[in-house]
Order: sequence, then structure tokens, then C-alpha cells
Amino acid sequence: MSSETAFATGQRARGLGPFLRSQMRNIAPFLTLIFLSAFFALASPSFATLDNLGNILTQVSVTGIIAVGLTFVILCAEIDLSIAGIANVTGIAVAFFTAQESYVNIANLPLPGAVAILLAIALCAALGLVNALGLTVIGIPSFIMTLAMMQIAAGISAMLVRGQIAYKVPDVITTLGSGSVGGIPWIVIVAAIMLLGGHLVLTYTRFGRYVYMVGGNREAAEYAGLNVKLILGAVMVISAVCSGIGGMLGVAHFGSAQQNEFDTYLLDSIAAVVVGGTSLFGGRGGIGNTIVGLFVLGVLNNGLDHVNIDSFLKILIRGLILLAALIINVYAQRLREKAAE
Amino acid sequence: MTEVRPPILELQGITKSFGGVEALRGVDFALSPGEIHGLVGENGAGKSTLMKIIAGVHTEFSGRFLVDGQETHFRSARDAHAAGIAMVHQELSVAPDLTVAENVFLGNQPTNALGLVQWRRMAREAGEQLARFGIDVDPMSRLGDLPIGLQQLIEIARVLFSGARIVILDEPTSALSPPEVERLFATLRRLREEGTAIVFISHFIEDILRVSDTVTVFRNGRKVAETASTATSKGALIEAMIGRGGEALEHSYTDDLMLPRPSDSSVVLRVDQLSLARSLKDISFEARAGEVLGIYGFMGCGQQELSRILFGKLKPDSGTLAVDGTPKTFASTAAARRAGVALVPESRRAMLFHQEPVYKNISISILDRISALLLKPAQERDIARRQVEQLQIRPPVVGLDLGMLSGGNQQKVALAKWLTYPPKLLVLCEPTRGMDVGAKNDVINIVRDLRTKGLAIIVLSTEPETVLSLADRILVLKRGALVREFRNEPVSKDRLLEAA
Ligand SMILES: Nc1ncnc2c1ncn2[C@@H]1O[C@H](COP(=O)(O)OP(=O)(O)OP(=O)(O)O)[C@@H](O)[C@H]1O
Ligand SMILES: [Mg+2]
Repeated sequence: MSSETAFATGQRARGLGPFLRSQMRNIAPFLTLIFLSAFFALASPSFATLDNLGNILTQVSVTGIIAVGLTFVILCAEIDLSIAGIANVTGIAVAFFTAQESYVNIANLPLPGAVAILLAIALCAALGLVNALGLTVIGIPSFIMTLAMMQIAAGISAMLVRGQIAYKVPDVITTLGSGSVGGIPWIVIVAAIMLLGGHLVLTYTRFGRYVYMVGGNREAAEYAGLNVKLILGAVMVISAVCSGIGGMLGVAHFGSAQQNEFDTYLLDSIAAVVVGGTSLFGGRGGIGNTIVGLFVLGVLNNGLDHVNIDSFLKILIRGLILLAALIINVYAQRLREKAAE
Repeated sequence: MTEVRPPILELQGITKSFGGVEALRGVDFALSPGEIHGLVGENGAGKSTLMKIIAGVHTEFSGRFLVDGQETHFRSARDAHAAGIAMVHQELSVAPDLTVAENVFLGNQPTNALGLVQWRRMAREAGEQLARFGIDVDPMSRLGDLPIGLQQLIEIARVLFSGARIVILDEPTSALSPPEVERLFATLRRLREEGTAIVFISHFIEDILRVSDTVTVFRNGRKVAETASTATSKGALIEAMIGRGGEALEHSYTDDLMLPRPSDSSVVLRVDQLSLARSLKDISFEARAGEVLGIYGFMGCGQQELSRILFGKLKPDSGTLAVDGTPKTFASTAAARRAGVALVPESRRAMLFHQEPVYKNISISILDRISALLLKPAQERDIARRQVEQLQIRPPVVGLDLGMLSGGNQQKVALAKWLTYPPKLLVLCEPTRGMDVGAKNDVINIVRDLRTKGLAIIVLSTEPETVLSLADRILVLKRGALVREFRNEPVSKDRLLEAA
């Protein structure tokens, strides 16, 4: 025991350099966030206000909800490209099962709100299950499988709305998506709860540990007698359900349900997870990282609107910042391996 | 070593610590051209650490480092390579997804004027080089598909023929069969004649004595002895390594050993006419409670595949398994684990989480016993601490990342994860590979202890000593078929080799 404490202090005495290097993946996104916030605060007086903070939070909420599930997937060293598609089709489905105004020309199927919500959730879970089966039973790489699912989801969306726009969703969804309580938008609260839930599951449950271990070394997980396919399948379903919830609330938030409404959320969600520092190689990172990533993205998108630059240049700047984050992500992996050597 | 030549490499007062732990303390080390230098020491003594310093892997250390009499400081493995130093690491460091030929030429593929890789030439030359070394393999096959021993041979071949003037071999023979070891030694002697300096690390002390000119002994990060190998003996070396008399620790197994009468306790595992493509043919045997069944054979004889089938990692083409009389077809390793089967595979890289702490590595297979939903880290650590103590894993810190342990200690962790809740059937592949004499002895004792607790244990090994030291009954596997069973009769290393 005494040698253990001696060793522990020794570890602490090991010096700041290696420690910082091994923590690079957590530190770099945080520094990026501070830097961006400071920059925009100086560049624009309207940026660093409480009102604007509320704006940022609201703006990243839908991405945040989707990114919870995606974090699980990326921690397992897989990817889900169907998140935006599934969000879209789930949002459309919940509207499809809700009575619309007479001028909306959709052959829809009005049902009670609770049933509509349940059906929509069942739909996204089922699509996630298809992803899961394709990945684990048939053995299609997740990149390809979810690419196909993206198309399938878009197809179902198209069949349901046929180029039209629906506006009404069940009341609960309307409230959660666009209402607020005590000045705080419900959608921010939902996103916060889901992020917190994801964090608790990953950190404190057995399943969460399995996710990290499968991502850390899939072969070793198998040799430890874990049911790796079950775990991979579960994260695909979790991802699809989170996307579905994001999609339903998003539809309420935007006030309409239509084709291709969520297209930008695919990149944004992946960017949030990766910019936050969760390793693309699996096993490292978590919801904490995703939250930082969401803020980096939110501050960037929102801040660029507060400063006076060419709106086309903004797109390029976003791209460059993403590239920088990816480089850091890959480097952090190498540095960590070096620090451990 | 007939004439004394000036050293090409000289290290003085090397000290290296990882965090608070000193892995090396004031070590002097010198290498002359045309010398084979043997290195021995317990697990965690610092052998690999010193060699990684020489090979430019560890770049932060104190002490003087001279190459050809010139003070040098490598900043990377590439620098060391440029200075003519090549190393075979204890952990296999091949690229499993590349072809055999690419691995042989890793980093210096032959290219044409346009800078394109000359595939045909590369394949031909790789094939020739490997053939010189007695390896017969298609140079264009994917390396990861080959058995681990063959991968090791290919890596050795790559380093030996890379033209380096200093070659470091960190436990290169652990996965090799006796004839392959012989070929390796012949090659080493030839390189010595050509003036190459060679460092050879091994826990097989006879091998060290046989092939090396000088032997250096490490203990606890210090160099405790350096002698000409003709002037020492196995007993003296072991004593220097562990600091006490060690003859009792290691048998030579050249004499006949009497196997006990086969037990008639209940059959835990019955294997019936198992076949797998070209690897296994019609294998039938049984393993009984309270018995250690040894399965011996040369590398590539099908042991690996057999062990994977028993643990549900591979599916056989035909044949049946029954555990406790119930027929089983394992759909996954999880199913095998639930049925009470446990496997420790031979490759550390495949079975451990290097970036996770020791305790998570130990608890991973039993988490479902510790916690239903929420993790109980305190309990996990307790369990891990008990195992660390029982197996004397060093350093005894369960929160340390696994990658920071020495090779032999990692091996112990791999075993530790099955010991808290012992399974019905424990399948061990090369359980003592990379372990020092003391640790081997610990493993032998643990296996005997598990046997008396009524486990059925299967030990698969390409080392006759491992099988002989553990097994009550021995099967010999040859090219995928069981060719001989030793039971209730005398057996020796020679008899085993003959049967294989
Ligand atoms: N990357 C690392 N970080 C922290 N400690 C390390 C690291 N590498 C090695 N050590 C420690 O240094 C000591 C020496 O390890 P080393 O690998 O040199 O042993 P070894 O003599 O090669 O043992 P083995 O026979 O088991 O391979 C051990 O206590 C080990 O835990
Ligand atoms: Mg070593």
C-alpha cells in the first residue's frame, strides 16, 4: 500500500509536460473555445451579452440532442451518417400523424398526440435497428451502412410529405421545441438533460464502460467475453433515437416539417463531437468533450454573425476551423501514445 | 570474440525514470562489433527500457551515450536507424494490414525512377530473403492473416537483413519452434562473423548461454553482473537475477517425467471431430475437472485456431463441443464466457487495453458480477489489488495505465482477469511466454492451485517446457491433427519433439 502512495505521488511529480501532452485532447478544444469567445467579445459589443448566450444555447440545442447518441457511436470507433436523415424522417413522421390545417395538402393520418409520438420514436428506433443489424449481423462497415440509411430515411421522408410542408406537431412537442419556462427555452432544457443523461450512462454504468472498452480495443473486448456486437448494435439504436428526438423538437422549433430540413445537422453534429476532442479512433473522449465542441461550434456560428465579414468567407472560416480541430484530434492521439511510451 | 575491438556503442551511467519510478539506475553498457551480447533479468528489471533508449524510442534519460566514440543523442527511432541500429521489439510491431513483402521492406521499398513501388521486385526479394531464413510464405499474403509466430519470424528477418550494424532482439524466440530457433541462431552467428553487434534478450537462459559471448544481468534497474558466457552457469545467472539460489525454480525436462494416472473425474469439455478448413482435421478429445491437459505442437499446427474455437471466436466447419455434457455452439465469445469457458490468448496486444488502467483490465470480464447497472470502482480496485498481490504484478499500482507495465507483468494481468471468479474451463495459450523464472513458477503454482479447485485447464504451447511443467496429460497436435497422446507414461522434451 505504501509503495502505491509513493508511486502515486511520483506520478504527480512526473511533471507538467507529459501530463499536458496526454490531456491535449481535452485542453485544446477548451482553449479554442476561450480564444474564440474572447475574440468575438472584443470584435463585437453585441456578442458577450446574456441575451446572446441564450441565443447560442438555443442554436446548439438540436445539434446537442443529436450529438449525444453520436458520441456513443464515435466512442466505439464507428460512425453514423444517417443522423440527419433519421432526424428529418422522425420529425416528418410525427407531423404526418398529427392533424394538419386544411390547406396542407398531405394525405396524412391524424392520430392522438401520444400515439403519434410513440410511432415516430418507434420509426427512428427501427431505422437504428436496421443500422445495427447491417453493421453487426451482415458486417457492413458503419460508414457505408449509414450512408445507405441516410438515403433510405430521405426516401421515406419524401414519400410522407411528397414535396409539401406540414406545420403542426403534437402539443407537447410544440411546447418542448418552441416554448420556454421561466425565460429558459424548453429545448435547451431537454438538450441539457439528454447530455447529462448521456454523460451519466457513459461514466457510471457498466454499459458505458463497455462502450469505452470496445472503442479502446475491440479485439480485447471480444477476448474478455463481451458481446461486442450487442454493444455496437445498442449504440446505433441510441444514436438513431437521439436523432429522432432532435428531429421532432427541431420540427417544432423551426415551425415546419419538410424534406432536407436537417441536412446541415449531419456535419454540425459530427463536428461537435470531433472538435470537442472525442477520438475518431474510439475509446477516448465523452459527453464533456461534446459539450465543449457544441460551444465551440455555437460560438463560431453565432460570433461570425456579429462581426462584419463576407458571408461567403464565413463558410470557409468554419471549414478551416474544423480542419484545425481534426488535425488536433489526430495529433492528440499520437501525443498520448508518446506520453504513455 | 577473438580480438578485442573498440566498442561501437557505449552507454555510461544511464538513468531513466517513468514518473517517480526509476526503471534504470546508473547503467553502463558497451557493445563491440562481432559480439552477441545476452541480456537477462526478471520481469520489469529494465531490459526493454535500456534497449528502447538505444533504439531511440525513449529519448529522455540522463547519462552519456556514445556511438563510435562520439557522444550522440537520438531524437527519434529514425535517428537510431540512420546510425545503423535496428530492433525487434518484445511487442510485435508489424503492420498486420500490409503484405508480407511490404513488411519486410517497411520504410525502404524498392522504387523505380518515377518513385513508384516495384511490386514484383519487392515480392521476389522478400521471398528470397525469407527463404534464406527458412520461411516459406507467399510474400503477397496479408501479414495479419498469418499465425503470430510466423509474424514474429518475419519481423526478425526484416531486422536481421536490414543491414544494421547493431541488432537488438527483445525476446525474439518466445513464439518460435525449436528448429526455428536453431535457424535464428545460425543466422546470428553468421552476422557476428560479418561484424554485426547483436543484443539478445531472453528468459531462456540455456539459449542465452548457448548463443551469446557476453551475458549481462539486470536486477531492479541496475546492472548486477557482466561476464563471458563461458565463465558462468545457469544457476549463477539465475542467482544474480533474483538474488537467491534459483536451481529449484527451473527444470530442464531433458529426463523422463512420469505423467500421473489419468483422472476419472467428470468430463467438463468434450470435443468431437472438430474440423476447420485447412487448420484442423477431425479433432476429438476431452478435458476433465481437476486436470491440466497440455496440447503441444509446433507453431502453426492449429493450436491457435483450436483455442479460438473453444472460446467462440472462430466457428468450426464441422464437429461438436459439449460443456458439462450439454452440446454448445458458441455464437460469440460472450456465449462461451457464460458457459464457463475462459481464454488467455498468446498475444498481449489482442487481449489487453493498453490505454486503460490495470484495474479496468482486470475487472472487464467480471463487471457483470460486480455490478448490475452502476459501476462500483472501489470494489473493482479491491478485486484488482488482490490479484495484483497474488500474482505479484509490479509495480503494484492498479490505477496505472497498462501500457506502462513491463511485458511480463502485462502477461500476468491477462491471466488475472479470469482468477477472481474461476471459470469451469480455462484455456491458456502460451501462459508463461515472456515471464521470468520466478514468474513462471508463480504461474505454475497458480495453475496447480486452480486444478485442485476442480477447474479443467487446457494449456496450449509451442514450448515443450511449458507443457511439461504443467500438464497431467499431453496431446500432440501436428498439422491440424492429433497424432499422439501421452498419459500415465514417461515423457520428456525429446519424446515430445519427436512426436510433433
Ligand atoms: N512507458 C512506461 N511508463 C511507465 N513505466 C514504465 C514504462 N515502460 C516501462 N516502465 C517500467 O519500467 C520498469 C522496467 O520495465 P522494462 O519493460 O524495461 O522491463 P523488462 O526488463 O523488459 O521486463 P520484461 O521481462 O517483463 O519484459 C518496469 O517497472 C515498468 O513498469
Ligand atoms: Mg521487456
